[in-house]
Amino acid sequence: MTITQDDLRYDPDRKLKVVGTTPIKPDGVDKVTGRAKFGADVHLPGMLVGKVLRSPYAHAIIESIDTSAAEALAGVKAVVTRDDFPELPPGEFRNISCNFMAREKAFYDGHAVAAVAATSERIAKKALKLIVVDYQVLPHVIDVMDAIKPDAPILFEDMVTQGMDPARGGPTNIVQRKEFTMGDADAGFAEADIIVERVFDTKPMHQGYIEPQACVANYTEDGQTELWCCTQGHFIYRTRLAAVLKMDISKIRVTQSELGGGFGGKTMFYIEPVAIALSRKANRPVKITLTRNEVLRATGPVAGTHSRIKMGMTKDGKFTAAEAELYFQTGPFTGSAFVNAPQAMFTRYDLQNIRAVGYEVVSNRPKVNAFRAPCVPQVVFGVEGVIDELAKKIGMDPIDLRLRNAAVEGYETIYGATFGPVGFVETLEAAKAHPHYTAPLGANQGRGVATGFWFNRGGETTASLNITPDGTVTLLLGNPDVAGSRVSICMMVAEELGIGVDKVRPIIGDTSTLGFNRVTAGSRVTFSAGIAVVLSARKAIKILCQRAAMMWDVPEDGVVFEDGHVRPASSNVGDFEPLSIADIAKKATETGGPIAGHAEIVAEGAGPGFGCHIVDVEVDKETGAVKIVRYTVVQDAGKAIHPHQVEGQYQGAAAQGIGWALNEEYIYDQDGRMENAGFLDYRIPVASDLPMIDTVIIEVPNPLHPYGLRGVGEVPLVPTMAAIANAIDDAIGIRPRSLPMSPPKVLKLIEEAAEGRDRA
Amino acid sequence: MDELRYEAPETLDAAVALLAGADGDARILAGGTDVLVLLHCDMIEPDLLIDIKKIPELTGIAEEDGGFRVGAAVSAMELVEHDAFPKAWPGVVEGVKLIGSIQIKGRATMGGNVCNASPAADSVPALIAAGAIGTIVGPDGRRDVPVEDIATAPGQTSLGKGEILVSFLFPPRPPHSGDAYRRFTPRTEMDIAVVGVGISLTLDDGGTCTAARVVLGAVAARALLVADAAAVLIGTPLDEAALERLAAVASAACRPIDDKRGTKEFRIKVAGVLARRVAQDAYERARGN
Repeated sequence: MTITQDDLRYDPDRKLKVVGTTPIKPDGVDKVTGRAKFGADVHLPGMLVGKVLRSPYAHAIIESIDTSAAEALAGVKAVVTRDDFPELPPGEFRNISCNFMAREKAFYDGHAVAAVAATSERIAKKALKLIVVDYQVLPHVIDVMDAIKPDAPILFEDMVTQGMDPARGGPTNIVQRKEFTMGDADAGFAEADIIVERVFDTKPMHQGYIEPQACVANYTEDGQTELWCCTQGHFIYRTRLAAVLKMDISKIRVTQSELGGGFGGKTMFYIEPVAIALSRKANRPVKITLTRNEVLRATGPVAGTHSRIKMGMTKDGKFTAAEAELYFQTGPFTGSAFVNAPQAMFTRYDLQNIRAVGYEVVSNRPKVNAFRAPCVPQVVFGVEGVIDELAKKIGMDPIDLRLRNAAVEGYETIYGATFGPVGFVETLEAAKAHPHYTAPLGANQGRGVATGFWFNRGGETTASLNITPDGTVTLLLGNPDVAGSRVSICMMVAEELGIGVDKVRPIIGDTSTLGFNRVTAGSRVTFSAGIAVVLSARKAIKILCQRAAMMWDVPEDGVVFEDGHVRPASSNVGDFEPLSIADIAKKATETGGPIAGHAEIVAEGAGPGFGCHIVDVEVDKETGAVKIVRYTVVQDAGKAIHPHQVEGQYQGAAAQGIGWALNEEYIYDQDGRMENAGFLDYRIPVASDLPMIDTVIIEVPNPLHPYGLRGVGEVPLVPTMAAIANAIDDAIGIRPRSLPMSPPKVLKLIEEAAEGRDRA
Repeated sequence: MDELRYEAPETLDAAVALLAGADGDARILAGGTDVLVLLHCDMIEPDLLIDIKKIPELTGIAEEDGGFRVGAAVSAMELVEHDAFPKAWPGVVEGVKLIGSIQIKGRATMGGNVCNASPAADSVPALIAAGAIGTIVGPDGRRDVPVEDIATAPGQTSLGKGEILVSFLFPPRPPHSGDAYRRFTPRTEMDIAVVGVGISLTLDDGGTCTAARVVLGAVAARALLVADAAAVLIGTPLDEAALERLAAVASAACRPIDDKRGTKEFRIKVAGVLARRVAQDAYERARGN
């Protein structure tokens, strides 16, 4: 009988030898020695340098582009513009195409309008200056709420809001409206003794990966393309490249590099089709490497939001209803994933009456891209702030209020699924019991807590496992490793096969080596690839057993696999020394050929994840500066395969959230040009801005995974900004409702409150 | 294609001759932490870079006339790790320590920090407060100018064609003297001052301030030496009333702009807050000396 995903269920009684330990990562040594190859590390003979010309205007019609002078410059081998890419019908691929190379209009400062390939960077830069673009500059709009005003500049004259009554008609920047409801919100509010309704704003932030995008494209005379790039999903890049370039999928081979950070920002390409078009025209390989300025001006920020959030509660602390009206800035094109927000924002509380409406709005900023739990942290900033206020109103401990309302197994969610075993209660109880929660606070300090949820994802996943002649294992995986997934996946293989993790050597295969793998995103990879490799290993084990039975000349059901050896099932079978994998592999040629296992699945059964953050801040009341003095992340991992990798996810996400909370924002001048397109003035936190971020891993196993794991990468960002806002409120008695909570803004809150008190 | 020329002369005369005789855009390269960044960002396109790190007069730290002479191309870390200098001028070192990360400070120089002429330069307020004198050599010889007269506006200095800032002379320290520098930045490090304040004080035996220099950075087109703020402190034991007046005078002296790094309103307010804190730091040090 064939083994399938359904046969792989969590076994609580299984004794583990490898899973749960912390071996060195297979990619670790190359990373610390500098040997690891990142996006910009590919060099081919005859390679040209590609550079992109970008719009200096936030919104402009491109009347014409004259490339003749650039083409005439010695050393320039190709120039491409919108004319070098196929016209596509309206839809996702046309939007992608219009974003990587502007067509009728430039929609933001930094929007690509042309590109050159030349024999040196200096020549390429000179050639860019020789390209003459005739722009008709239009009024622009940056902020999401400005973009929905009646007199706002309109990006697309033909835009009609999807999901809204067309009778409302007229030019609009609202792409779509989506409503999610469960129960009866009005009835729920009628039952409430206390209702809190507040408005919150968040700013777009950048994913802040340290490695700028880089790629090398090599288009060959027979119409094939090789592409090396840094991506979270080389398979999805291939699919989209084929669509926007009108090529066969099989003629594009994408090899992913090691990834210097992605966080969702490398799930969509910007330069890859441009490099391919340049290579096709120049008949030479072309490398494009973005500068930090280009990364910040033209690659995916995270949606900024405006939200109104209302929650009702009885006087003994039971939530009765929740309502939300949410506006998401998506850049010039749809694709913000904003529908995650209404589905995830309240999910973790036992709410029966919810109405949540989201609007997606275009404006003259770069097209947004995914970021850990796309679009959810922005609105949880509001939800957890409202809950904090509700707790204060009835004088209840904020964790107790959340425990009072925590969803448990059997809860039917707004998105249709019913919770299986979930670890929200366990997470909250551990947070409450943590010494941090009761530690004394110093002067000007405050403490906040907040919680978060993420669905976690599965999806298409493939893997191929080969047993080499000496019994060691090579593993071919299809998902770029953004976060230590490789080591965790190898550990599951080692556990299955009863061998050391150093005997399992993984590589990430290019797109021609395996079947399609969904992008590395949504906290899906260690979960999904874990299932795929366990399935592969069990298929290989079945073959190992067959081969051993053959070697002993006994029936196949007369042998068992235990601790890396095939043994006789009982003494009745015969007196045989157990055979190691190496013993069987050595004889593979005589027993039927090489031994392998592979899997091609749609991984199902991802278990939702929950976290609770505790943060202490210290506020300098004279300058508004907020210092994070202590931070603890408590989160359910289902099972931590490699606890250090899990802790790294908790800490890294919290660090990013601290930046988003305190300082990160895009600053535009009055012409819509980004003024802080560099890490000096786009302020992600530096090491000295952060305390040691403590972590507590809760393990409530996911029954649908062979090792019980849940994805962990998205959840730890979700509560961060809310927790910090709650802590600031605790320190100064005023709740910030707008990000970033930067010193000038916090100082203003303090001053306004002081004036208010004086008046009183 | 025009090529960028690089020269590393070993004498001051050779460097001055190169700089004075250059056609096109010639730039001095000390640590390179500003020039190379500008070059890589395509913000400058120099024809000639003159590396001055091989010239002895620019790279030494020596005691002179009871004070110190520090070469303009001495790296920030050399100064920070010097045996004697940080004890004499802890405030200057506080400023120097804030010029970027340790790696950047291994290259960055005070001379470069002054000549880059950023109003937010971290070493400059404390240098001016210290009364440091810059020695400048050019085709017409040598001249000495107070550091406050070198930068004139953002990116602009009073140096003439062919002139090079060679060294800083720090005066001898009277007893009961202390200096300090603080800046405000949203991040703890790797950031540009939104406001910077450098103060140097001398006290009498009873703790009354007899001399003071108060300098504000990042609140005007160049660092401001605020005589009125010093006057508020002189004759006082830096009591609450004096500190209160100092904060008010410092805020009033600001002529900031609104920009991506801070608003006028915020800078004005924080300049007063920092002036008070820095004065207290300097006072504690002066009492300890």
